Amino acid sequence: MPRFAVCVFPGSNCEEDVQYALQSVLGEPTDLVWHKDPSLEGYDAVILPGGFAHGDYLRPGAVARFSPIMTAVQKMAEEGKAVIGICNGFQMLQEAGLLPGAMLRNQTLTYICRYLYLRAEQLGSPLTVGLTEGEILRIPIGHADGNYYADDETLETLERNNQVVFRYVNAQGARDDTANPNGAANAIAGVTNERGNVLGLMPHPDRSYQEELGTADGRKLFESLIAWIKERN
Amino acid sequence: MTLMKANVIVKLKSAVHDPQGETILRALEQLELGRVESVRQGKFFELTVDASSKEEAKKIARDIALRVLSNPVLEVFQVEIES
Repeated sequence: MPRFAVCVFPGSNCEEDVQYALQSVLGEPTDLVWHKDPSLEGYDAVILPGGFAHGDYLRPGAVARFSPIMTAVQKMAEEGKAVIGICNGFQMLQEAGLLPGAMLRNQTLTYICRYLYLRAEQLGSPLTVGLTEGEILRIPIGHADGNYYADDETLETLERNNQVVFRYVNAQGARDDTANPNGAANAIAGVTNERGNVLGLMPHPDRSYQEELGTADGRKLFESLIAWIKERN
Repeated sequence: MTLMKANVIVKLKSAVHDPQGETILRALEQLELGRVESVRQGKFFELTVDASSKEEAKKIARDIALRVLSNPVLEVFQVEIES
């Protein structure tokens, strides 16, 4: 049975949502691990949750990347294990250099908290193996800094390598300006590293895993993660 | 050892668009404080550094600016030591 770790930083606030989705809803053993713990030995996947780790005072994720646990996260990434960053966790993975790009302030300069639509752009990633081609998901976001930026060369590389996993689209699954909430380059909502085992996304599957939350589409991402790990074990 | 002021300016790279600067520019236009062509917002840090020479203070401040105060994907920085 896969074992999951969710890192907890001072200021994280989504760790229990992730744990609840994986453990209570899907029945997978999931531990919360404090950011000062230097080891993630024995885990098949690690999730960096949303929140405001160490505060966003300098830049989101800028201080968190120096936490002792990030050395263990880096090691898992090198071992090819699943490393998932949700929202603030995505920002940390960028700051740590484990994912390409960086986040600018939202184009609106406001914190945006709402449901929106994503399109799965490739089905090989740890969060999309269980989806269908071009599947549209309804999943909420909640962030102020999700305006994905990378230089043109990096964007081209990401597109060519199929590293863009999720894009913001409208309810019909098409890209348009109103569907992109934050001004993200190429409407990018989630990317992987070149190897494909490190994945960051701004939307929150941990706020959308059962109908009571307005949508259960996030559950498919967690189910994909479990399937992705089982394929490899 | 002497305490020295290191001034660090962190700016967005010129190719990176700046939602905050653009918004400030629009505000200036509305306030009719015209003749401003563009606005770019950045960050300024004043570090008080304990070092034995200006060179050492600059090295310490540059290292901090590179590793912590800036993100090289988005930003560039400059460091000056006040004499």
